[in-house]
Amino acid sequence: MADNLFSRVWDIHTVKKLDSGQDQLFIGLHLIHEVTSPQAFQMLRERGLRVLRPDRTFATVDHIVPTADQTRPFSDPLAEEMMQEIEKNTEEFGIEFFGLSTDKQGIVHIIGPELGLTQPAMTIACGDSHTSTHGAFGAIAFGIGTSQIRDVLATQTLAFSKPKVRKIQVNGTLPPGVYAKDIILRIIADLGVNGGIGYAYEYNGEAIHALSMEGRMTICNMSIEGGARVGYVNPDEKTFDYLSGRRYAPSGEAFARAKRYWKDLASGLDAEYDDVYTLDASSLVPMVTWGINPGQAIGIDARIPNLSDLPDDQREVAQKAYDHMGFHASDAMIGKEIDVAFIGSCTNGRISDLREAARILEGRRIAKGIRAFVVPGSKQVATQAEAEGLHEVFQGAGFEWRGAGCSICLAMNPDKLDGREICASSSNRNFVGRQGSPTGRTLLMSPAMVAAAAVNGRVTDVREIA
Amino acid sequence: MDIQAAVHSVQGTAIPVPGNDIDTDQIIPARYMKVVTFDGLGEFAFRDVRWDGDGRALDHPFNEERFAGASVLIVNRNFGCGSSREHAPQALMRWGIRAIIGESFAEIFAGNCTAMGIPAITLDHETVKSIMESVAADPATAVSIDLRAKRLVVGSREFDFAMPDAYRSALIAGSWDSTSVLLAGVDDIHACAERLPYLTDFAAL
Repeated sequence: MADNLFSRVWDIHTVKKLDSGQDQLFIGLHLIHEVTSPQAFQMLRERGLRVLRPDRTFATVDHIVPTADQTRPFSDPLAEEMMQEIEKNTEEFGIEFFGLSTDKQGIVHIIGPELGLTQPAMTIACGDSHTSTHGAFGAIAFGIGTSQIRDVLATQTLAFSKPKVRKIQVNGTLPPGVYAKDIILRIIADLGVNGGIGYAYEYNGEAIHALSMEGRMTICNMSIEGGARVGYVNPDEKTFDYLSGRRYAPSGEAFARAKRYWKDLASGLDAEYDDVYTLDASSLVPMVTWGINPGQAIGIDARIPNLSDLPDDQREVAQKAYDHMGFHASDAMIGKEIDVAFIGSCTNGRISDLREAARILEGRRIAKGIRAFVVPGSKQVATQAEAEGLHEVFQGAGFEWRGAGCSICLAMNPDKLDGREICASSSNRNFVGRQGSPTGRTLLMSPAMVAAAAVNGRVTDVREIA
Repeated sequence: MDIQAAVHSVQGTAIPVPGNDIDTDQIIPARYMKVVTFDGLGEFAFRDVRWDGDGRALDHPFNEERFAGASVLIVNRNFGCGSSREHAPQALMRWGIRAIIGESFAEIFAGNCTAMGIPAITLDHETVKSIMESVAADPATAVSIDLRAKRLVVGSREFDFAMPDAYRSALIAGSWDSTSVLLAGVDDIHACAERLPYLTDFAAL
């Protein structure tokens, strides 16, 4: 039996064992954004500390950025203050900043990979729970709080306990109309929103390695919704092809050396795990959430569960979900009317997501009364999509084409639900109030499913119109 | 700022907030995170489950006078799931919470609590339920958490609790604010960096 990739990467980055029993873990790449970092810089100032490795922290702005009108100063003075704060902090501490005036700005989990900053066998931390996204490259990547951002800035390390590793083996081939988003929603529904506590998830198997890098990022991104702080995929040729030629990736001879090194670190067939969960991709169907957490998801052909179908410890949250959503046990999700359609976010705001949604929308119009918008995950995604003419497909169908940012995924910007609106959303969380209205409702699904819902004005099985 | 203070125990009265999977968006809605300090976040703790859209008080323990002044929060399973926002435990702390008792915590949330010097301890479902009931029946019930003995006292009852050893020892040693501990071995940090192929252009391979 041999170590898995997680253990190997962890060990390489262990500075030493601390008295508390935790490991001091070196963080190879630190990403920051405007919302969770200002207090960390303030703590550095209060303590007279400097940033130990300013060359290993990179910054962007995403959460508060308006997507319709990005001219400065922002109309929201609080958002403008946060922008000025990150501009000041990155300037003062010598950190590279991909702000709105650059062509590299975007959601932190989208720009890291597209700039080649995210690489296999790195440790990556960011003050954002969806940092697990970067695990798609075979990195150990996880979200941290602001006090831990302070630690990384000041020491480039964190005090951390090594989690267990669960291999999630996804065999078989995904049927048409079923996507990475459906795989991860199925996994969370099966293992629970707390099932991953204490674990890193290694996604493995034929269906995972058949996915594009974007698809793998979607899966790793939502690991945290299943309670797992870390999710990763072993690097393979697709990983290397994606990285080759990117701005911060190694080049020439160094790339060849890196590739050999990365391959050697990947979990082998004899790798050991603390737990294994197996899933058959060929049995999957498009998924949609019916409730108020990402685990409350069903196949599009299923019905909302009855309390009696659920384990005891899920019934109280299910009742809350019926009450909040205004749905009933045994209802089908198919046919539920929607008000808003959102395509974007760190989960599904990448070029392949936009291509799949555009494929559904080509030659179609969204239903009357639906508010629909596409928010590319980064300026580079937007540029690529525009080069392919995708923006025209979206606009032709009645979608608004916006600037890069987190948008209505978490509604820290002007994009919000109004009242009890229902949003078909390609994002990651359907928590109560998440999309900016305390009474608003969110249905999570793949970008193609969002496009199909927008066309019909109600939840639709994308396989029937694809 | 209270740096390097050892946390050996927490005493006070408690406030139960029942429910599984209470996420950080509920603990503090994102719109209150448009701030550059954590000051003043206490009043926004549980904002949208405490007040409706018109500012009318909803039925929530944080609105109940009988729990005013409580310093120990009691919760159920997977508390603090979702976003990594430290604003969530910061809001609770600024409301007055000094320790949390629960069935389980989301990992990032528990890490944030520890980094702020707030113990997050766990007990089984039945015990937590029974503690919630005692406190709801008598909000004046004295609650005491002894980290060194791993003992929880609720009124006249005593329980053993669980907590990751690393978190417990960091709180007891006063090293929960980890920056100075981590920086103590700065040469080791640089030595580790020199071993990492990606920081040396993969030259040694």
